[in-house]
Amino acid sequence: MNRDKELIIKAAEIRRSLLEIIYRAGTGHTGGSLSSADILTALYYRILRIDPRNPDDPGRDRFILSKGHSVEGLYAILADRGFFPREELETFSRYKSRLIGHPSVKVPGVELNTGALGHGLPCAVGMALAAKRSGSDVRVYCLMGDGEQAEGSVWEAAMGGANFRLDNLTAIIDRNHLQISGNTEDVMRLEGLADKWRAFGWEVRPVDGHNMEELISAFEKPAREGVPRLILAETTKGKGVSYMENVARWHHGVPSEEQYRQALEDLT
Amino acid sequence: MSNNIPCRKAFTARLTELAREDGDIFVVTSDARGSVTLDDFARTLPEQFVETGIAEQNEVGIGAGMASFGKKVFVCAPACFLSARSLEQVKIDVVYSGNDVKIIGISGGVSYGALGYSHQSLHDLAVMRTFPGMDVILPCDRYQTEAVTEWLVRSGRPAYVRLGRGAVPDVYSCREGSFTYGKARTLREGGDITLIGAGETLFPLLRAAELLEGEGIAARVLDMATIKPLDREAVLKAAGETRAILTAEEHSVHGGLGAAVAEIVVQEHPVPMRILGIPDEITVEGSSAEIFAHYGLTGEGIRDRARDLLEGL
Repeated sequence: MNRDKELIIKAAEIRRSLLEIIYRAGTGHTGGSLSSADILTALYYRILRIDPRNPDDPGRDRFILSKGHSVEGLYAILADRGFFPREELETFSRYKSRLIGHPSVKVPGVELNTGALGHGLPCAVGMALAAKRSGSDVRVYCLMGDGEQAEGSVWEAAMGGANFRLDNLTAIIDRNHLQISGNTEDVMRLEGLADKWRAFGWEVRPVDGHNMEELISAFEKPAREGVPRLILAETTKGKGVSYMENVARWHHGVPSEEQYRQALEDLT
Repeated sequence: MSNNIPCRKAFTARLTELAREDGDIFVVTSDARGSVTLDDFARTLPEQFVETGIAEQNEVGIGAGMASFGKKVFVCAPACFLSARSLEQVKIDVVYSGNDVKIIGISGGVSYGALGYSHQSLHDLAVMRTFPGMDVILPCDRYQTEAVTEWLVRSGRPAYVRLGRGAVPDVYSCREGSFTYGKARTLREGGDITLIGAGETLFPLLRAAELLEGEGIAARVLDMATIKPLDREAVLKAAGETRAILTAEEHSVHGGLGAAVAEIVVQEHPVPMRILGIPDEITVEGSSAEIFAHYGLTGEGIRDRARDLLEGL
């Protein structure tokens, strides 16, 4: 319980850090970074077997941020874990900075350039399959958005993950119910999302994506043999900042000075 | 000269031999094991073979994921699908993410003939060569295909390779010396005009050179198997030593081999040029040979255009 509390404190710190990145740069994808902050914190501070001093270790676990626009949270975490100097966060989105608005493999700890949706899971399937065929115990994790579920390639990969019996593969959906144009059910109906994934042969673990205990337990519970896992994380877009929660326009809104101060207060 | 082994078969036979010695070589295909001729590979090396079903986007994504894990991945499927349906995966998962995946487009160009425009890839060279760091290679016969296959296994770079469907006459007599990455091969010397081709237009180009010789015109013939990186030196030499350059390709006249040659000629050593290929229209219905003939991609057709070009000077 104590260890989970540390993670909860860490997640709040990551939220403040990602907001600072966005506020300073005057650009960024705010709402989705906040909704996925607890998931990323659970992965990077508890679940993933990674070593910042040896980011290319062949035996490392792989994490792919398929919803690449939520990169600010990832950068905040990679800097905090020591993959690159924290001061570099100040260069976000600047001329010649490797910290651009979507993940780039130029940044230590990033496995794949993403940004166009529906690319992460097929590559994750390839990595997990290569691990299996190599007799490696590497585990592969891939975080997708809920709006991203409209991409056909997600379902090609869903079919593949089950077909290849990838029990070393965990997909996560940040189910925050909002995409850039509004509510996912108004843009392109997703429900019943859990049943769809089950029908594709995945074990679906629904969790409260802001409950650290639930997240950790879903990640730590062993996979069924030959069955890939989907963690369907129910989240709130803009989570933690009062005026951003469940407001679609904060998909890529940048806070004013006053709003920024309010946000930091909310997150304390 | 006559031959009944298609390039796709020469490719898979050589790749299968190499994969027996190197367990890191993987083949990924999308329900195309028959058309790529991968049955033997799939049967004898099942652990190095991945079937994705009819899902080219997933196919290329899986290939990129495996490459990032250290595998030497050959994604093999019809060129028409790999160069269009999964183009974004090639752009982002392979090129942008720096994954060494070989995209092997089989039955390229108009190989599928009367199956129609859906099954043709006449845009592939144009689009693939605009991707930074992407090699584009177009072998012309079975021997060169084998040599290219050997190069691909050791190149350590992503590449797009287009192979034809049917057996084509031999341009070379053996594998050795048929291919050097980034270098054109001079198949015939000549000082009046340079004819440049790649893949299945080389044989008609050689025929055209013979016909031109009968008319007292000495044509140089260059095999530009590596479309990218293009052999700039060979193009500049042709521009300096012959009076005109004619290119012929199984591709749209926009953006392919002719355009690549013209980019160098226009900027560095202007000489009169003609670009032969498929014009800006939905391709005429017919077999591959009939389509070639319809657009003048025959020995006689190329001869006429070469003669016209020289007469206009």
